[in-house]
Amino acid sequence: MTRQLILATLLGVSASVAHAEVVSPTAVVANEYGEISTSLTGVAGDPVRGAEVMTSRSLGNCIACHQVTALEEFPFHGEVGPSLDGAGARWDEAAMRGIVVNAKAIFPESVMPSFYKVDGFTRPGDAFTGKAAPGALDPLLTAQDIEDVVAYLLTLTD
Amino acid sequence: MTGQTKRVVVAMAALALTASSLAVWADEDADLVVNGEIEMVVRTDAPAHLDGAVRTIYSGWVFRQDDTQAMQMDDFDNPGMLFAEQGQELFNTAMGANGESCASCHTNAEDLTRVRATYPKWDEAHGAVQTVEMQVQECQTESMGMAEAWGQNSQEMLNMTAYIASIGRGQVIDVAIDGPAQATWDAGKEIYYTRYGQLELSCANCHEQNYGNYIRADHLSQGQINGFPTYRLKNARLNGTHNRFRGCIRDTRGETFAIGSDEFIALELYVASRGNGLTVEGPSVRN
Ligand code: HEC
Ligand code: HEC
Ligand code: HEC
Repeated sequence: MTRQLILATLLGVSASVAHAEVVSPTAVVANEYGEISTSLTGVAGDPVRGAEVMTSRSLGNCIACHQVTALEEFPFHGEVGPSLDGAGARWDEAAMRGIVVNAKAIFPESVMPSFYKVDGFTRPGDAFTGKAAPGALDPLLTAQDIEDVVAYLLTLTD
Repeated sequence: MTGQTKRVVVAMAALALTASSLAVWADEDADLVVNGEIEMVVRTDAPAHLDGAVRTIYSGWVFRQDDTQAMQMDDFDNPGMLFAEQGQELFNTAMGANGESCASCHTNAEDLTRVRATYPKWDEAHGAVQTVEMQVQECQTESMGMAEAWGQNSQEMLNMTAYIASIGRGQVIDVAIDGPAQATWDAGKEIYYTRYGQLELSCANCHEQNYGNYIRADHLSQGQINGFPTYRLKNARLNGTHNRFRGCIRDTRGETFAIGSDEFIALELYVASRGNGLTVEGPSVRN
């Protein structure tokens, strides 16, 4: 009985995840300021996972360019972009999502990469091999990675 | 501080603090005199053709850590000089069908003192801009009767270019960008400002807008090539200019150009010209 209930709940959850519309990189809608008000997945972002995405070289590697005091246990923070301390107080969720998806829409010509973009590149490569990309590219981060990072950034209020 | 203590302190600093704190270990104001006699220009006014994009140009040596800087100050501590010596041996070794060495024609190596400082250079006979590597290959196939010239990135070529650079150390760089070389220079400039790869980064994004800043653990220089070929501690060998360009484009998650390609020849001319006024340092030491 209990077991059945758990099973039903599990099925229900996975069904709802599968049904939640993941917005593809080419379908993202931003307003004229580059802000994106709707979640890319419909699943709340996980800030703990967001911190992992920010510090991992193979994921966001955000600290390559940004200093973040709360992430000081991870060595080597870069100086190419501003410190993200307090970023959660400077930007609301829609703007933050806009920055992580495509910073160039908010900061024209920004050095910051567009993390949820799949076309319009010059000589795109096959990851870090130096060879040509074999086919369609995946975005640098998945939709849920972006939501997790946004959730983390919004915790940086001071 | 002993080398040992210093390493420990650096390691602790790296763990505890952000990379910017490591700037302590790069002496950006130091001057470079090699062997107590060759005075290098490691910072000077940018050439006029940069149109104010940067005001001062800096050798990559300026941005390296103290101990790396020190290695380049004395030939006994510079591992790159061992390869330059091997290049000198090759210069005097007979090769090819005619049994000649480079020295058979270039009897006085000192005649090649200005080579590193003035290449890439327009070659009238071939109607193209040539790198030092291409000129060496030309001598091998057209003058020495070698069926096959050394590869552009072969160990022999790296040793030879290290030797040719070493005899020109301290010479002020002055590559020509006008006249017949102009079109190639324009093409190189275009490449320098193109944002490549999935990260959409141009040479200028890192080396013009952000030199002096850290990107993760790397202290960004202006990406000058006056120190090439460079001996890198990272791979303990000589590294050629085009190979370096290749690595930097690869790091943008981009498709690189080939070593010796027209694109990299043009880029080399353009980047070399951004260093007009600095001095030849090759083989230099880098991390
Ligand atoms: C190659 C360097 C680079 C990388 C990598 C990078 N950024 Fe940025 N970022 C910048 C720069 C430069 C700016 C400043 C905006 C501009 O270009 O004027 C910026 C701005 C921002 C801002 C706004 C800052 C503020 O407080 O006002 C946020 C938030 C941000 N980045 C988050 C991220 C996140 C999250 C990642 C990783 C997923 C990331 N960045 C990766 C360079 C980078
Ligand atoms: C048979 C004679 C001959 C031999 C052997 C020879 N060269 Fe040359 N080299 C020349 C001539 C002639 C020129 C000038 C022609 C030109 O610029 O195209 C030249 C030009 C050069 C230059 C450019 C000099 C300048 O001021 O621009 C370099 C560098 C050079 N040679 C290197 C080498 C090396 C290294 C070797 C051995 C691998 C070599 N040469 C062997 C005849 C020779
Ligand atoms: C993402 C940033 C980035 C981009 C884009 C980039 N580089 Fe680099 N480059 C580096 C780093 C990091 C180093 C090692 C530290 C240093 O010397 O700056 C480096 C080193 C170099 C060096 C060696 C300098 C020396 O003194 O040893 C050269 C030359 C160079 N880059 C040229 C280029 C060129 C040309 C381009 C464009 C095709 C380019 N780089 C694009 C990050 C970059």
